[in-house]
Amino acid sequence: MAIFPPTKRVWWNEPVEKSEVLWIFIALIWALVMFFMMPYWHINGSQNLSNEAYRIRPEVFAKRTEEMAAKYKVGEEGDTGVPVVRPPAGSDVYMLGRLWEWWPVLELEKGQSYRLHLSSMDWMHGFSLQPENINLEIHPGYDMVLTVTPTSSGEFSVVCNEFCGIGHHTMVGKIHVVDK
Amino acid sequence: MAQFRTCPDTGFAIDLAADKLIKWNAVTAVVFLLVGGLFGILVALTRWPAVHLLDADLFYLALTAHGLDVLLVWIIFFEMALLYFTSSILLKTRLAAPWLGWVQYTLMLVGALITNVAVLQGESSVMFTSYVPMMAAPHFYLGVILFAVGALMGCVVFFSTLYIAKRDKTYEGSIPLVTFGAMTAAIIAVFTILAGAVILIPTFFWSLGFIGNIDTLMYRVIWWGLGHSSQQINVAAQIACWYAIAAILFGAKPLSEKVSRTAFLFYILFLQLASAHHILVDPGISSEWKIFNTSYALYLAVLGSMLHGLTVPGAVEAALRKKGYNRGLFEWLRKAPWGNPVFAGFALSVVLFGFLGGITGVMMGTEQLNIIIHNTLYVPGHFHGTVVVGTTLAFMAMAYWLVPVLWQKELVFPGLAKWQPYLFGLGMGLASIFMMGAGTLGVPRRHWDISFADAMMVHEFPAAAYMMMGLAGISGVIGGIGGGIFILNMVSTILFGKAKVPAPAAEEAPAAPIGGAATEYGSASTLEVPGTFVLALVFLTAFVLYYFVNWKYLASVWGMS
Ligand code: HEM
Ligand SMILES: [Cu+2]
Ligand SMILES: [Cu+2]
Repeated sequence: MAIFPPTKRVWWNEPVEKSEVLWIFIALIWALVMFFMMPYWHINGSQNLSNEAYRIRPEVFAKRTEEMAAKYKVGEEGDTGVPVVRPPAGSDVYMLGRLWEWWPVLELEKGQSYRLHLSSMDWMHGFSLQPENINLEIHPGYDMVLTVTPTSSGEFSVVCNEFCGIGHHTMVGKIHVVDK
Repeated sequence: MAQFRTCPDTGFAIDLAADKLIKWNAVTAVVFLLVGGLFGILVALTRWPAVHLLDADLFYLALTAHGLDVLLVWIIFFEMALLYFTSSILLKTRLAAPWLGWVQYTLMLVGALITNVAVLQGESSVMFTSYVPMMAAPHFYLGVILFAVGALMGCVVFFSTLYIAKRDKTYEGSIPLVTFGAMTAAIIAVFTILAGAVILIPTFFWSLGFIGNIDTLMYRVIWWGLGHSSQQINVAAQIACWYAIAAILFGAKPLSEKVSRTAFLFYILFLQLASAHHILVDPGISSEWKIFNTSYALYLAVLGSMLHGLTVPGAVEAALRKKGYNRGLFEWLRKAPWGNPVFAGFALSVVLFGFLGGITGVMMGTEQLNIIIHNTLYVPGHFHGTVVVGTTLAFMAMAYWLVPVLWQKELVFPGLAKWQPYLFGLGMGLASIFMMGAGTLGVPRRHWDISFADAMMVHEFPAAAYMMMGLAGISGVIGGIGGGIFILNMVSTILFGKAKVPAPAAEEAPAAPIGGAATEYGSASTLEVPGTFVLALVFLTAFVLYYFVNWKYLASVWGMS
């Protein structure tokens, strides 16, 4: 019994029953399959994080974002006053998170790739692109870079899903994806 | 000089000092389960869109208190009781240094109270993860640190007791498997608490103004060295309870000591890497590091859990077949004592932990799959599948046995006890499923208002998401009532329970081990366990399908590289 010492003093060379051996074997194979799925997807899948990132001071990131916004502004989002920015395909695009907004609104073209930079100005925020359901952790002081290729068009929301204080549930941004 | 009493039910010689410490730790655990559970119900009632009970600030406060009181305080106090039980009582020895046990108890209690006060004062609604640079009041961190030091003292008492038992030769051969499992938990606890010290002590000084800045990424990497490893303490402790219950109820012997112990060993060897699970979508960490660590080096710790998943029900099957329930694949299961809360809680814990907690945890801990899960309500859905219907239910089942035995009292509400595991297990199990469903539709965790009523820009979640949130709320409340019934039963039994009449058989032969009838079979001659094997294959099929469905879902989202 498991609450008493093993009945046989030398328990480590008792033979193991065969359904147990078989299960160990099956479970080990499954563990290996799951392990190799990850490198496999890096080679053959289209959804991988680059893990490219740079340390950056929040002011510097904000400056780059503002420069991009000033240069490529095409309008404003409703009556919010937040600029809608349409940077050229293939370029570096910036979105910053701060208490409690994602700034600016981006307009991207379907099927084009962009180098998206994300960073926080203050606390940590969660970049949750809906309804795609792509979720990234955004830190202050780190410029996170990934190449995104929108494969569907329409209006997408960026919901904050890392708790960031009392206004957390009001922190929503937008990305528009337009057909060419 | 240590004093002993003989337990009339089990024949164990019980050190009175250990007896007292076990009781105080267990009772305190249950009280905090009550407090934390009430906060949980308030949180559930707020996230249920049609009810939306609390205001935003109170919601975040209640959520912080809920996470701390159940995940830390309830579970770790109960684990202290288990450490003393599995060392002193199972090894029939005196508890080493009971005074240090009281230091453990006092530090943990004072720490828990201080942190609760900090949270209730309202300046520390930072969630139990307390990510920097969001700052809580200094005593929030201080309380957690004191609590952790207390837990460390509990581990010291446990290891010293193992040492005394070995020195005094109070047992023959190796320690029992259950004690081995508890030792696994205690070893992981030491690592875990050290990681906690490395991150929380500087954070405490930062909150006092002595340290200027704490890097957010470094914080998350080290904090999860505490946060995730501590979940592995829970897994090890819970599996030790599974083996204990199988032995107590059926006299079940492990199919193979070697396999079960190796599976525990895998936890110690590979679980320390698990903090990676939580930083799969954080910037600046290489994929190689993520893949190696999130899989605990080739999923060997997962392998450990899959082995326990076979050997625990397997041991029960073997014992019941030995008793004659030998027809077909599943007669042993049909004839099992489903009306006994110890068994019902145990069985539900094994099944729900595997299907709800285990499969989903491995899926979302996969490097790329985490992208479609991270910080959505799927995550709380997953861990209510592990730590609630797995660990908490296993501890409840254990308590149904332990409390009447230690206090020598009859359960006050045996009728309610029959139903309680089902109410709690199924209620919380459904809550966990619906939270996962909502998370799959993108609903964020720790979020007061998914209708974004006060927001400048609005996102509209699909109607199905609102439905899931409503169902999660209803099932959460049902599960919460199930939890309340457990607490009611335990507290009434301890306070007002009738003294137990010792079973006549036990009086005649007080040293007779419980369930002694079915203990005599060695691994080689063990009956085969075809029923369990079939169940394991069902589990594996569900696992494989669910895993690949999620890859398919990932493949449909925007390209990222
Ligand atoms: C009374 C039964 C319970 C109910 C109704 C309940 C419900 C909930 C709900 C609705 C959430 C919020 C999810 C969110 O908004 O992010 C939550 C979070 C949580 N629950 Fe429970 N729960 C219960 C019991 C438990 C137990 C027994 C444990 C642990 C042993 C537990 C551990 C947690 C943790 C760790 C969190 C996360 C807190 C955070 O995100 O900071 N819960 N629970
Ligand atoms: Cu935010
Ligand atoms: Cu937020």
